[in-house]
Amino acid sequence: MRFDLQVIASWIEPGSRVLDLGCGNGDLLYYLKHHKQVIGTGIEFSEEKAARCIERGLTVLQGDFRHEVKDYPKGRFDVVVLSQTLQQIQDPKELLIDLLWIGRRVIVSFPNFGHWSARLQLLFTGMAPVNDQLPYEWYNTPNIRVITIKDFKRFLHLFGLRIVREVAINTHHHEFKGNIIRTLKNLRATYGIMMLERVT
Amino acid sequence: MSPSADNEHAPLLVERRYFTFAEPPKQMQLDCGAHLGPITLAYETLGELNADRSNAILILHAFSGDSHVAGRLSIDDERPGWWDNMVGPGKPVDTSRYFVICSNILGGCSGSTGPSSIDLATGKPYGLHFPMVTIKDMVRAQKHLIDHLGISTLMALIGGSVGGMQVLRWCADFPEMVGSAIPMATTTRHSAQAIAFNEVARQAIMADPAWNNGDYYGGIGPAHGLAVARMIGHVTYLSDEAMREKFGRRLHRNALSFDFTGDFQVESYLHHQGKKFVNRFDANSLLYITKAADYFDLERGGNQLINEALANVPFLIISFTSDWLYPTYQSRDIVSALKKNGSDVSFCEIEAQGGHDAFLLPNRRLDGLVSGFLDRVYHDRCL
Repeated sequence: MRFDLQVIASWIEPGSRVLDLGCGNGDLLYYLKHHKQVIGTGIEFSEEKAARCIERGLTVLQGDFRHEVKDYPKGRFDVVVLSQTLQQIQDPKELLIDLLWIGRRVIVSFPNFGHWSARLQLLFTGMAPVNDQLPYEWYNTPNIRVITIKDFKRFLHLFGLRIVREVAINTHHHEFKGNIIRTLKNLRATYGIMMLERVT
Repeated sequence: MSPSADNEHAPLLVERRYFTFAEPPKQMQLDCGAHLGPITLAYETLGELNADRSNAILILHAFSGDSHVAGRLSIDDERPGWWDNMVGPGKPVDTSRYFVICSNILGGCSGSTGPSSIDLATGKPYGLHFPMVTIKDMVRAQKHLIDHLGISTLMALIGGSVGGMQVLRWCADFPEMVGSAIPMATTTRHSAQAIAFNEVARQAIMADPAWNNGDYYGGIGPAHGLAVARMIGHVTYLSDEAMREKFGRRLHRNALSFDFTGDFQVESYLHHQGKKFVNRFDANSLLYITKAADYFDLERGGNQLINEALANVPFLIISFTSDWLYPTYQSRDIVSALKKNGSDVSFCEIEAQGGHDAFLLPNRRLDGLVSGFLDRVYHDRCL
């Protein structure tokens, strides 16, 4: 399983109800179901991947999660997971508010644009960074939001969302291995992972 | 239990059985207010019911289907049941594990009570004296059969099209008996377009003089009208893509005929389908069943799928990209309602060019979805 998903899995309480947005082939849900007795649901856009999940015995809806999250009742899930997708969202603020309605807590992971390699590329080449975490050119990238760990924390503060738990990691895009960064996170981490809850 | 031979060489044999209930004076009350009885349902079963009676799957057939879902009725039976690619030993609905039940719907013409059955009051076929039946009435009758078989909870209900409507009706009316449900290529209510096509089909029958107000059982009956009704049906079950692929503008003869005997392959295909149908289906049954499908509406007076009793029922909803009779948005409406209960809902829109009929055609993706979902439900409920 991807390293960021391993970290996320370690944060989830056994037996909790989890919604995984953009669940792909269902690796996280499958792990949580079989190791933590989690009652999970996934939402996945791709027909092939959604079908693969259902074949594996997972509960998955094929569709655009921006719409699919709408119908669930308040507090339907203990945790909603949004991994490596936040940077592709048109309206992140509205989405997080929706997610904190249907879920008690939300875990987000996102690539950190503040990593030193991105900073150096921009500084020395004068061109938008392209690297393992952000492997796209400006004209074909799905990553329409350029976020750093620092930016995201400022955003949470502005909109009254509280961080319950956070970690910064250094790993590659689909790597199973990685390590936790404890100092100079915004400079040294390739991904940020945070667990959020609503300030009531 | 039906005799089954599930080695590779011998065909899987099934037996059609009959269950009769609602004998007068205990007739069954119908939605329309009328009382009907006695009622007979033809049904077939495959596989073995386990000791705690927890592995039963009820399959609901589509409008022109019957109880013969899979296997063969005799050694020399040429054609297997209508969903033989889906149901049988080692198939997605694995009869070496599950006990499968399929019954012909009330109002049908393949062994269950319908307009072609004899009305005991007159000694003649009901014809138009048969009361209007609804999807709810069909399900009510099936419930009698399931009770008779001693099954209190069905592990799963599976059905496509009008069969899917019955699955949903079961969920709305008897949620405590539903262990899980797979409604596919279906809807909570017909669109105006679907009603329109049904009405054209009915008019084709009623415009045939041989229909004789439904009183034709001594004679040949409205063969032409029924064939035309089936041709219309077939157009709605296919898709632009499927027809282009299958027929294009190809001719079924060498040159244009310059008359009206039919030139194109698509025409001869429809003629053939129409003729074939006349031999196996009753025109009055088509009138009654299409009407029941048109009347079906789970959203009238509040969405009947929004029900706390369904909160713990796993659902697998399936639609097909090229199905324009019950397009995907209608399946998404079902998903949306069920999510409000907090139900465990899976949904997949399968890429398929077969149109509405895609659910009946061999499809590996469909097979994988059904077997994966049933496997999970079986492990959760039966082991």
